[in-house]
Amino acid sequence: MTRIATTLGLYPLPDDAKERLSDLKGHQKHDLVSGDEDPAIESTYDDVREELVGAQQDAGLDRVVEGQARWDDMLAHPLTVHENVEAGGIVRYYDNNNFYRDPVVQGDLDFSGDIAADLDAAADLTDDLQAVVPGPYSLADLATDEHYGDDEEFLAAVAEFLAGEVEAFPDAVETVFVLEPSLVTNPPGEGADERASEAIDEVARAADADVVAHSYWGALEEKVHAHLLDADVDAIGYDLVSNHDDNVYNVAEYGTKDSVALGVVDGQNTLVESPETIRERIDWFQDAVPGDFDDVYVTSNTELFYLPVNRFEEKLAALGQAVAPEVEA
Amino acid sequence: MSNRDQFRPEGHANDHFLLTTVVGSYPKPKWLDRAKDLWEDPDADFGDDEWAEATDDAARLITEEHERAGLDVVVDGEMRRNEMVEFFAHRIDGYEFNGPVKVWGHNYFDKPSVVSDVEYDESWLVDEYEFTASVAERPVKVPITGPYTLANWSFNEAYDDDEALAYDLADLVNEEIEKLVEAGARYIQIDEPALATTPDDHAIVGGCLERIADGIPEDVRIGLHVCYGDYSRIYPEILEFPVDEFDLELANGDYEQLDVFKDPDFTKDLALGVVDAHVAEVESVEQIEANIRKGLEVVPPERLTVSPDCGVKLLPREVAYEKMANLVTAARNVEADLDEGNIDVSAAAPADD
Repeated sequence: MTRIATTLGLYPLPDDAKERLSDLKGHQKHDLVSGDEDPAIESTYDDVREELVGAQQDAGLDRVVEGQARWDDMLAHPLTVHENVEAGGIVRYYDNNNFYRDPVVQGDLDFSGDIAADLDAAADLTDDLQAVVPGPYSLADLATDEHYGDDEEFLAAVAEFLAGEVEAFPDAVETVFVLEPSLVTNPPGEGADERASEAIDEVARAADADVVAHSYWGALEEKVHAHLLDADVDAIGYDLVSNHDDNVYNVAEYGTKDSVALGVVDGQNTLVESPETIRERIDWFQDAVPGDFDDVYVTSNTELFYLPVNRFEEKLAALGQAVAPEVEA
Repeated sequence: MSNRDQFRPEGHANDHFLLTTVVGSYPKPKWLDRAKDLWEDPDADFGDDEWAEATDDAARLITEEHERAGLDVVVDGEMRRNEMVEFFAHRIDGYEFNGPVKVWGHNYFDKPSVVSDVEYDESWLVDEYEFTASVAERPVKVPITGPYTLANWSFNEAYDDDEALAYDLADLVNEEIEKLVEAGARYIQIDEPALATTPDDHAIVGGCLERIADGIPEDVRIGLHVCYGDYSRIYPEILEFPVDEFDLELANGDYEQLDVFKDPDFTKDLALGVVDAHVAEVESVEQIEANIRKGLEVVPPERLTVSPDCGVKLLPREVAYEKMANLVTAARNVEADLDEGNIDVSAAAPADD
């Protein structure tokens, strides 16, 4: 078994970049990232990417993410910057005091290449690159469809779009995390649960890397979890911070993939877990479920952008330290 | 007797009285922002005394601006407050600050962390109230961020859950209100915008309000402001809350949610949002009169308060002022119409004699 320290990508901007970018871009809805930025803004994002990659390397993480500094709209970003998508009103991001621009899909979701371009830039900075993408079910859930006209067709279109984006990722990408919080917060019903799994499967098959389907803010309903097991992913991720009991129940009752991701660091609280606490949580999970795993991705349960920078960096360090001795052993 | 009558101005022109007020925040004068930059600049010759004088001047200016608009109950526009959670967290033991976090786009807030049991330290608002009351000729309302929002919009490192934290904070809010009442305050508004995020927690907000209202005299008017949410998820449960008045944002949604409050009957006073706090276009007097009449579908005139949807601090100052002035004119026009019997009051007052 290999423990792999990693995170879910979307990071807080360094404080100086917060100021610099808000000066360059402005505070209003129409000032946010469109995919067509001024060179001064682009070069700021290049600097931020380098800083965020460096922070992960300093922390000793085994997988390094691009940091998604450009993702003003959090997981909805790949759609809000798409040319056939209109940025609608500012809407609430799940049950948080955070908001994003509602992506209103008004035309075909053809290839964009936005995520691949950022990953290309990050590939020059690290050999341990991990991509993070919204899952098709969550991305469709975060968007408004005014083009496809049917939920089923829209989900299929979003899956096909994401598969196309993932296919364009650079070879340097070793792991792809597919984030599906909506599978927990807005669970798919009968029939839709199977389609959600098939959509994830389509995205996973497009990747030339290990794929982890991770959901958070609770545990999947049993049927949703059972369907997810049919998707051709290498690992499924479980949020042990928000609901360890139901997640362990799902794994004990239905099994899981050969590898797992465990959200053991709270992405939404400034209380920093010690490396010992992180190790205890992993051990607790492994004791509670049958079998052994090939890889255990040790991660925060959610994205980390909710945190102030100092605590964010301390959490990276704790994750790195929690895993380091095991790897060397 | 309702504790509302004490706010009716002497010599009020109409028999009917629709209480006009605001939610709280108001655009800061540009010079106050410049003064703040100086105060925060270690190289500038601008210390705490100068800053205190600047905030006093701004509070006086905005209080008088509210009076000039004709409002019956005024505030100082929250000139001394930076943000609705930060301001209080700085004054409560148990909080620490680690830096800004994202709300949306490049809008951040210094979200505090609760790192130990919260405790009452210095007074939060008594100085603010005493100053405003000393410069105001009209009664003064005190808006306070509610304990549920103070808990929910903080990182909780110290308590088992946000409910326990909210209840402890509610006890502190109660302590502060007691001090405000001692200083003469008679109108308190609890702001709970976080309830819109997590409407299922209305019972926790109710529990907080029980603690807040505990021991507060009946003649002190307590309102609750809730905005930007799906009210059907908290109504009618909120009618059980121990408050006199609900202050609701309804103009922004063009009164789509008004019917929510008709069944079952709205048994509290209604502070109705009649101008949009996030649209820079000034509503006409006629438009606002029509909005006020919507409120009369829910409560009779003697239980209707008229106010903007929410704090207006994001509007240009002249727009904010025009909205206040038109709101007052519209309220007085509707009062006159009521006096003349020109308005059918569908929500008749329950007989209590």
